[in-house]
Amino acid sequence: MLNHLLSLAIWVPIVAGVLVLALHRDQDAPAARWLALVGAVAGFAVTIPLYTRFQLGTAEMQFVETIEWIPRFNVNYLLGVDGISVLFILLNSFITVLAVWAGWVVIQTRVAQYMGAFLIMSGLINGVFASLDAVLFYVFFEGQLIPMFLIIGVWGGPNRIYAAIKFFLYTFMGSVLMLVALIYLYTVSGGSFSILEWYQLPLSLKTQILLFTAFFIAFAVKVPMWPVHTWLPDAHVEAPTGGSVVLAAVTLKVGAYGFVRFVLPILPDASHYLAGFVITLSLIAVVYISFVALVQADMKKLIAYSSIAHMGFVTLGFFLFSQLGVEGALVQMISHGFVSAALFLCVGVLYDRMHSRLIGDYGGVVNTMPKFAAFAMLFAMANAALPGTSGFVGEFMVILASITANFWLGFLAATIMILGAAYTLWMYKRVWFGAIANDRVGKLPDLSRREFWLLATVALAVLAMGLYPKPFTDVMHASVSDLLTHVAKSKQ
Amino acid sequence: MTPLGLPFDFGPALPEMALLATACIVLVVDLFLPDSHRAWSYWLAQIGLLVAAWFALTVFHEQPARALGRMFVADALADVLKFFSYVSVSLMLFYSRGYLVSRGLFRGETFVLTLTALLGITVMISAANFVPLYLGLELMSLSLYAMIALQRESGRAVEAAMKYFVLGALASGLLLYGMSMIYGATGTLDINGVASAIVGGETNRIILVFGLVFVVSAIAFKLGAVPYHMWVPDVYDGAPTAVTLFIGSAPKLAAFAVAIRLLVGSLSALAFDWQGMLLILSLLSMILGNVVAIAQSNIKRMLAYSTIANMGFMLMGFLTANTDGYSAAMFYTVTYVLTTLVAFGMVLLLSREGFEAELLDDFKGLNQKSPWYAFLMLLAMFSLAGVPPTVGFYAKFSVIEAAVDVGLVWLAVVAVMASLVGAFYYLRIVKLMYFDEPVDNTPIAARADMQVLLSANGLALLVLGIFPQQLMGLCVIALTHSY
Repeated sequence: MLNHLLSLAIWVPIVAGVLVLALHRDQDAPAARWLALVGAVAGFAVTIPLYTRFQLGTAEMQFVETIEWIPRFNVNYLLGVDGISVLFILLNSFITVLAVWAGWVVIQTRVAQYMGAFLIMSGLINGVFASLDAVLFYVFFEGQLIPMFLIIGVWGGPNRIYAAIKFFLYTFMGSVLMLVALIYLYTVSGGSFSILEWYQLPLSLKTQILLFTAFFIAFAVKVPMWPVHTWLPDAHVEAPTGGSVVLAAVTLKVGAYGFVRFVLPILPDASHYLAGFVITLSLIAVVYISFVALVQADMKKLIAYSSIAHMGFVTLGFFLFSQLGVEGALVQMISHGFVSAALFLCVGVLYDRMHSRLIGDYGGVVNTMPKFAAFAMLFAMANAALPGTSGFVGEFMVILASITANFWLGFLAATIMILGAAYTLWMYKRVWFGAIANDRVGKLPDLSRREFWLLATVALAVLAMGLYPKPFTDVMHASVSDLLTHVAKSKQ
Repeated sequence: MTPLGLPFDFGPALPEMALLATACIVLVVDLFLPDSHRAWSYWLAQIGLLVAAWFALTVFHEQPARALGRMFVADALADVLKFFSYVSVSLMLFYSRGYLVSRGLFRGETFVLTLTALLGITVMISAANFVPLYLGLELMSLSLYAMIALQRESGRAVEAAMKYFVLGALASGLLLYGMSMIYGATGTLDINGVASAIVGGETNRIILVFGLVFVVSAIAFKLGAVPYHMWVPDVYDGAPTAVTLFIGSAPKLAAFAVAIRLLVGSLSALAFDWQGMLLILSLLSMILGNVVAIAQSNIKRMLAYSTIANMGFMLMGFLTANTDGYSAAMFYTVTYVLTTLVAFGMVLLLSREGFEAELLDDFKGLNQKSPWYAFLMLLAMFSLAGVPPTVGFYAKFSVIEAAVDVGLVWLAVVAVMASLVGAFYYLRIVKLMYFDEPVDNTPIAARADMQVLLSANGLALLVLGIFPQQLMGLCVIALTHSY
């Protein structure tokens, strides 16, 4: 079994999801919930050995599995993780448990389909992070669109249909172009879909730039980077809480992961050539989108824009091509996974009680929900990158790296600290502080036991990562230095 | 002399003989059956198909075998394509039984015409000479014209039959004219003979290319490629859904076979010329089919434009002019037929007496009525859109690979952009099924055999998507053993 840990991480949730789907009758809903929780926890449990048995100090792929899959095109079921990808598998499996838990009471219609969709999506996303074969990667990358499309469209808010179709078409547009790029690499590499073999493939600058464009569109839409970010606020606002949590915490990371797995090592010359362009877009996301976040009246929209700004920081870190920058970006991705998930869970707590996400409908929540306010304060601070929370670590590393590269770059990047604090804390002030705004807020019950432990789990993760980030960064070191040697080597 | 001492060898044509015999038996037996026993004819036809499929399954021709005065060839390509034709026609009969009964079409004529049309298809697939190829085409087309018009009282059906007949006759004329030109240039009607005559170098190229244009046009007409697509939406829409299902399935396999026999088998020396023509057909079909499909509110018309677009994709496989590309096109055709069967099978499943289920809105809220059928239709739609892990993805993947392989990266980009447009209207069906509330709550009633087969057919789209190698490998073997 231990030789197939990655397969287990992919297939345990998928099989559990299919079993849950079988319990589709209304009277089976409690059983569906429990089975989904068992499946999610089992899915997380099988990923833990990936961390505990991970060999530090080597950039080699670990837990490699290979089976011939489609010999016609030399496609293999080739799995493996390095220090960059392993943490995302853990993150995803962890978040899936939260998502199932978050929908426990809230989702009352078609429970089995909801839970089943989350589990299947979780397995597919693990597949994205574990694939070392480009076709396998693509199958997982695209396949996970289907469950997310259904989650947004079936259980979402009033404008869910528009949001679901927009979400699907945007991401589909990006990925079909990437498909052409993958097939092109297959033909020029003489018939190989192995991503690692492509790292050695010589390519002219012109070819690299064309391929860069295709990959860039695919991943930039997914991240999302300014100006192709417009699907995200729509999708987030309309998705149910669990959907927003997974979308923000995990699926956005898939796009960023694509940059480090494909773009930087396969197209190093184009990456250097176009770094200025990507950095500019990233800084626009950081500065401009932060201002956009400031004026949002809808809490979910505000957090969605905050996600775009934070992900801008991630792409900024990647394209500085320094150890500190890339590691900072990766830490930021994981931290953002926890923090954005937590913030969406908080909005979910309020929405379930008041059925409103508008900041204006709230005020003085701290008076009626003190425990909840304490948790929300912690997550708001983490989003504003307060030292001691996970949010600080990654942002600080990226800012250091950008100051080393260029003072003004670092200056602009550092504005995220100020702007992030501004929009998060201002939202916090308007929703939680002050006098009780209306009767409905006055009657709010504090956290239920389920909600308390849900938030406490994430709070623990946020604090642990903020106080002692070494276990996370240690895993990355070797793989990131290896990545940077690939990036530094010209392939022309 | 042949084993039985006959002056000709009919062994390779046994499946066709079985079909012909079945058609004759059904024709005669049906006369003596009272209306209450009409199901006997139906089962006779199914048994005939089963026998033919059995013959096709048990033999595999490592080497092409000629029969019937060298007019007929049985090779690996024919074995595979015929097997899928039998299966798809058998499924079509299973799926449409309820529909035919409720519309008074559950008659011996329907079965006989189905079998003769299928016979035409298999003759086309196995043609080794221009004459049987043309005869097979006519046998299929004439049977189809009659099948469309079987619903005499329906004005739309008769109109569709009329349109199909006029345009089909034109296409036959084009094909005959093209063939006569090629005959004039090479002096032979034998498909391989034409190829060797051209390689021999004693032919007039201008006449050959002139003939080629007509041949390609006729093939494009049968596939429904733009600009020869005008009949497709009207015929799909006007014909009874059961017949639409038939037109959308096995004849596509035949059209693919004709393209292979004529373009690859006899005119491969002119590959440079037909590549250019197919490139334009493919490009126009992908764009026009996908864009116009968006505007449709009738699912049969929408699937008609989807066919046009898909045939455009399939033609990309021919552009490589090598076995890799042809096998990609063959894989595309076979999987497309399997997917169409599910899509139209669902339309048949939802229709009942006096209700045609041909509007997109008739799919509203299907997930609440039956999550299982909604899931099958979801698989069919995502397969047509080319989203993994359904088999449609590998079909698109293979033909795009073929295009990139010959350096047509720009065509690949246009193709994926066209499929992006296509994704929109396939998603719309998914949206109607999953996101909307049902408009009526009539329970879905279907015979048990149809339920089982439709489920198996739908799941096959997913299973083949997870394990595509076997079918891909089969297509490669079929082509390498034949050419």
